[in-house]
Amino acid sequence: MTAQAEDELWSAIADPSRRQVLDLLVSNGEVSASWLAGRVPFSRQAVAKHLVVLERSGLISRRKQGREVLYHVAADRLDQAARAMAELAAQWDRRLAAIKRLAEAAHAENKKQETGKEDGRAG
Amino acid sequence: MPGLAIEREILIEAPVEVVWRTITEPDQVSQWFADRVDLVVEPGAHGYLEFGDQGGPVVVETVDPPTRFAFRWNHPHGEEAAAGNSMLVEFTLTPEGDERTRLRVVESGHESLDWPDAEKERYADEHRDGWGEFLDRLAGVLAGR
Repeated sequence: MTAQAEDELWSAIADPSRRQVLDLLVSNGEVSASWLAGRVPFSRQAVAKHLVVLERSGLISRRKQGREVLYHVAADRLDQAARAMAELAAQWDRRLAAIKRLAEAAHAENKKQETGKEDGRAG
Repeated sequence: MPGLAIEREILIEAPVEVVWRTITEPDQVSQWFADRVDLVVEPGAHGYLEFGDQGGPVVVETVDPPTRFAFRWNHPHGEEAAAGNSMLVEFTLTPEGDERTRLRVVESGHESLDWPDAEKERYADEHRDGWGEFLDRLAGVLAGR
């Protein structure tokens, strides 16, 4: 993924209302904008805007059926998004594990020095 | 809080002050985070993190020793980091006894600024687990294909 594509994907799914639209598409398959508008707490215009952003990010596609336009999720792109998120979480797990090692080593070192000082005083 | 957020935590067998130094002193930060760390830990300070041949600016947002440290990053080049264009990384350190610390990190970002508070709360209630639940559902949908 290019950096720009990644940014688009990231900001597309970062918005809670867009994620709500995406959630509905994930759960309900192929639906129209007006069907979506009946199920979210924001306006039909907002739904239309979110659909544009989601489509541009590649997360959804549309097809015409008669006079209606139906939207559906693009599973590959969603899979990519899910994996990118899982990787981000794994990155933080690795960093936290490294912090734990460093802090525990520093703590052990501090304790050793304190004990050394006490021993020194005692002797 | 709705929005995209990744939350992870770990239990560390060290006092909170030691963990604080590990996450805020540049020579320590370079050991668990970036290859090169140019950072002054003061609110509003601009710094830089280098990862191999890549890197990016960071802006320190909160410094509340020894329990809270937060910075913003991943904002577009040439722009000031703000709530709408960057990712916020927040560390929270909670002492659990004298020699144990719970360290929590939340990375969140690109929150919608034009989202009314009442709807935010409603959405938060419905999506208590936030991103985790969304990922689970995605995983379910993908597995079911």
